[in-house]
Amino acid sequence: MTTATDSITSVTTTPADHLDALESEAIGIIREVVAECRRPVLLFSGGKDSVVILHLARKAFWPAPLPFPLLHVDTGHNFPEVLAYRDETVAATGARLLVARVQDYIDDGRLRERADGTRNPLQTRPLLDAIQSERFDGVIGGARRDEERSRAKERIVSLRDEFGQWDPRNQRPELWRLLNLRHCPGEHLRVFPLSDWTELDVWRYIEREDIALPSLYYAHRREVFSRDGMWLAVTPVTRPREGEKVTTRTVRYRTVGDMSCTGAVDSTAASNHEIAVEVAASTLTERGATRADDRLSESAMEDRKREGYF
Amino acid sequence: MTITPSQSAHPEPKRSAPQPSKTTGLLRLATAGSVDDGKSTLVGRLLVDSKSVLRDQLAAVEQVSLDRGLTHADLALLTDGLRAEREQGITIDVAYRYFATPRRSFILADCPGHVQYTRNTVTGASTADVVVLLVDARHGVVEQTRRHLAVAALLKVPHVVVAVNKIDLVDFSADVYDAIVAELGTAGAELRVTDLRALPTCALEGDNVVHRSSRTPFYRGPALLELLETIPADTTSADGAFRLPVQLVIRPQGAAADGLSDYRGYAGRVAAGSVRVGDEVVVLPSRRRSRVAAIDLADTALTEARAGQSVTLRLADDIDIMRGDLLASAADPPALRRELAARVAWLSERPTRPGDRVLVKHGTRTVQAIITAVDGVLNLDDLTAAPARALALNDIGTIRLRLSEPLPVADYARSRSDGAFLLVDPFDGWTLAAGMVRLDGQRASAPLAA
Repeated sequence: MTTATDSITSVTTTPADHLDALESEAIGIIREVVAECRRPVLLFSGGKDSVVILHLARKAFWPAPLPFPLLHVDTGHNFPEVLAYRDETVAATGARLLVARVQDYIDDGRLRERADGTRNPLQTRPLLDAIQSERFDGVIGGARRDEERSRAKERIVSLRDEFGQWDPRNQRPELWRLLNLRHCPGEHLRVFPLSDWTELDVWRYIEREDIALPSLYYAHRREVFSRDGMWLAVTPVTRPREGEKVTTRTVRYRTVGDMSCTGAVDSTAASNHEIAVEVAASTLTERGATRADDRLSESAMEDRKREGYF
Repeated sequence: MTITPSQSAHPEPKRSAPQPSKTTGLLRLATAGSVDDGKSTLVGRLLVDSKSVLRDQLAAVEQVSLDRGLTHADLALLTDGLRAEREQGITIDVAYRYFATPRRSFILADCPGHVQYTRNTVTGASTADVVVLLVDARHGVVEQTRRHLAVAALLKVPHVVVAVNKIDLVDFSADVYDAIVAELGTAGAELRVTDLRALPTCALEGDNVVHRSSRTPFYRGPALLELLETIPADTTSADGAFRLPVQLVIRPQGAAADGLSDYRGYAGRVAAGSVRVGDEVVVLPSRRRSRVAAIDLADTALTEARAGQSVTLRLADDIDIMRGDLLASAADPPALRRELAARVAWLSERPTRPGDRVLVKHGTRTVQAIITAVDGVLNLDDLTAAPARALALNDIGTIRLRLSEPLPVADYARSRSDGAFLLVDPFDGWTLAAGMVRLDGQRASAPLAA
């Protein structure tokens, strides 16, 4: 859990026009979804990528209000800081928030808890149900191609059938800046305006735009224990097993997914700027460093995506 | 098992300091070439040697390579992200990679080489500033090389860099290299490729990828990465006349419109040129004129907007404008046309023939159209046009279209934004073809780049 100091890309090397170009591209994509879909929706978890998209969407339609609701698929194992941030942000922006709860599905037997306790793969069913019942046809999400290698294969616009399936062999070609958003009844589109952003781009943009994030992204003291090379927090769903020693450390989170599978990293970075500097120097990817569910198998993400996962 | 950085195997020759150049921050490149030419390995080498691969990614690749009994890490595994790709050892779909050096950021589209995936090469090349075309030194110029060179020429990709790869397998032969470069030069000239460069590489061991190799003394130019750092990014869209396809009309309504009931803005991304407050613009197809009263980027007022920027324009006059309209420089507007000739790269398994009804998506406007004629198809063996009655998957041909409504177009050779369009299947929305307008395109036998 150390962060090496040899810098690959220093924060100051990438000219500002790079961020401007990424911002303009993302705004253009978000506007196309609203123009061509009947019922668009933005997936909003309170994580940094969806926070950036919300920020971009507000810019895209300014001074008009957001022309779509937000949807959060709540695993029931979210960090309380993130849920508090989500609700504050929704209240401040006047957006409409829909919540699909994995816990509801477990309680009434439609889903069963997995042996390993992780709930990330369980999100697919509530997500697809919400898309179907609300008749959403354009689902905007914060996935980036640099996150994971099957993500690297995904187009900006991804057509899904009624089962939400992704067929990587049969994707629509994307030519020039002409996005083809046509679809048939029963189909929906997943749209990723941050496709060409890297984790560092996201942090540099958050710094530039002075966007506030959930507190657990910033360095704080927390009771943690080590498992599989990650610091897991002591929470109602992650408790130390025999031999796993609890210590209090100064840590922060690079992703804010499900508590059951998201680890913290040692860090004293307490501001957007300090985090951008730290990310630039990191020798580990954010998922490699902090997401246990992607380590399940070589194709974990691809398999979940084929089933309709984001 | 570790990957040896090629630097240690082949010390970098001393050279003069890089020349300062006016590079922009972001370069888009696409790879092309036949299957097994080593594209994914080249990309992997580019990423590893430029230290753009993080420790956990490399560790994963090393582990899988070890599990398979390989003696060296298979760098293709860095980019072959799908299970089927790793199982079959081929690239199926475009993978996008992001890396940066102190001089520049790169977006790389790693495109598959199989004939059946040529449409992905078209996808990658349509936005590329540079196409990196791989040739296997043992096999020389093959049909896929010609096809991909033709695609790059057709799409007017400003720069093509040919990596004559696996040069180690022909004993670093200058003769083999020279013969391939000569043959490519002839093909490139026929296709009127504007800027074609070549270099010998061994992607597996890193020769001339990030570091110059001492094993290719016959080549005195820069390594691939140096070349990519200094090649100019396309600036033509910024030089052309102002174009903004209207995406949305922004009119705050209801309670949120408090104090904003007069706000009426036209949101869009500047496709070409630039516009300043006070400029006269024309709305197409209505041909109404007005002046730019304000340029908004959210709550920031701008005095000028340039190609690539997403903005919202307000106009001095209250005229009827909707999504699909084009705001253009009043001094230099595109022509409105209902009949088009176009070069197309056919991307669908459904063939086309005269009489087919399709949709044309141009800018933010989609209109109905009928394919009135198929004029010819490009023969990729000798790069000549041949008569044809239909176009099938991966064909590059010339067609004529009749449109239900006029579109503001220019020749693709003059303007990517005015000249590019999609053909879309009206039944299921599938993208059928990449289209490029040829206003002089009545001559079916004209050379590709004419």
